[in-house]
Amino acid sequence: MKLKKGSPLERLYNGVWQENPTFVLMLGMCATLAVTTSAINGFAMGLSTMAVLVFSNLLISLLRKIIPDGVRMPAYIVIVATLVTLVEFFMHAFATELFNALGIFIPLIVVNCIILGRAEAYASKNPVVSSVFDGLGMGLGFTCSLTLIGLVREFIGAGKLFGFQVLGDWYTPVSIFVLAPGAFFVLAVIAAIRNRIVRPEVRENATNEIACGGNCRYCSGTICSANHARLDAELERKAAEEKAAKEKAAREKAEQLKAAQAAAEKGGDAQ
Amino acid sequence: MKVILLTILSTVLINNVVLSRFLGLCPFLGVSSKIRTALGMSGAVVFVMAISSLASAIIYNYLLVPFNLAYLKTIVFILVIAALVQLVELILKKYIPALYKSLGVYLPLITTNCAVLGVALTNVQDGLNVGMSVLTGVGTAVGFGVAIVLMAGIREKIEGNDVPRTFRGLPIVLLTAGLMAIAFMGFSALR
Repeated sequence: MKLKKGSPLERLYNGVWQENPTFVLMLGMCATLAVTTSAINGFAMGLSTMAVLVFSNLLISLLRKIIPDGVRMPAYIVIVATLVTLVEFFMHAFATELFNALGIFIPLIVVNCIILGRAEAYASKNPVVSSVFDGLGMGLGFTCSLTLIGLVREFIGAGKLFGFQVLGDWYTPVSIFVLAPGAFFVLAVIAAIRNRIVRPEVRENATNEIACGGNCRYCSGTICSANHARLDAELERKAAEEKAAKEKAAREKAEQLKAAQAAAEKGGDAQ
Repeated sequence: MKVILLTILSTVLINNVVLSRFLGLCPFLGVSSKIRTALGMSGAVVFVMAISSLASAIIYNYLLVPFNLAYLKTIVFILVIAALVQLVELILKKYIPALYKSLGVYLPLITTNCAVLGVALTNVQDGLNVGMSVLTGVGTAVGFGVAIVLMAGIREKIEGNDVPRTFRGLPIVLLTAGLMAIAFMGFSALR
């Protein structure tokens, strides 16, 4: 499939499939594992993250020429935190049950890697419409993955789908799947399937063009850690180069000074 | 004294921040390949979490609540943590270079560690006073350290094993984490 870069459809496809934040980029793991005890919780978490993501991309893209480069991270954090607070209020008012079920993880959307990552990698460099659809695509991808993980855990752990009992009395729920260890197991199997299916070139691509846009020093996502090491090596190399250049300049200057002194002495002798 | 002991026990083992509350997973999975780096990361987390829970508890109890601004807590806390991490980095660099050298790389990573913000928020939710907040912060950070160092130890052993190709990398790490979570569930009997 060949789509125009930056077109709405391409952004949606990219977010949901090609660079799916959970399965390909492995971002936002805390929320992914913690709230997916049932499909509906995962779905709600995905939707609230999507709302924040769409509006933060919109605002950051609108303000991208106004925000000075030096303070862009704090500025993004303030924008995202404001949006998260709004979402929190909204859920508290209209979906109290979900608000209680998701608990601490609603305010923690602020530190979800996906949001700052997309702000840094996409919204701060691209026009408004593409950025909004980028947020929508990534949000949809996140929602789908969370709902999927929730479905699996709920089915195995309680014999239910979206809260409806689908398996009869003969089924003894493996309740560990709705507890903490189950989350790790389900994600492990999904990651293994991803390892198996995802073509190597896509994986390669995902590692090189990661969501946080090379800001790995501040992200600490799992894929990022490899890049993080690479980045540090790059920085070290640059520092070494700079040092070498400085030393060279200093040496040249000293030589020039020596030559000048010698010339002056010569001049003095001549006098 | 009893309260202090119970809080430490509860935050380190029973409600382990990573393995039962799912906070701080990114560094747990990302920085746990070597025991040395894991130790560095947990040191930095203990340091930052102690200071940030102190700062956020003071700001919440003595600034936000009296002025009826409690709804601003998410915004205020994340800014406080981000600023604090920068500040700690600068101070360490200037006055304790040896400590900076061993923790420096990990400090910027902590701003996006959701455990730090998570602890600040849960402390407030539970209505803890300043002293208890700091204690909970330190306990949680030690719990994080225990989990990540144990994980790093296991991962160093896994390196030498013949893992099926499909499960290499992240999947085996997640499976290990799952087994560790089961083991830590045993501590809930201590309650």
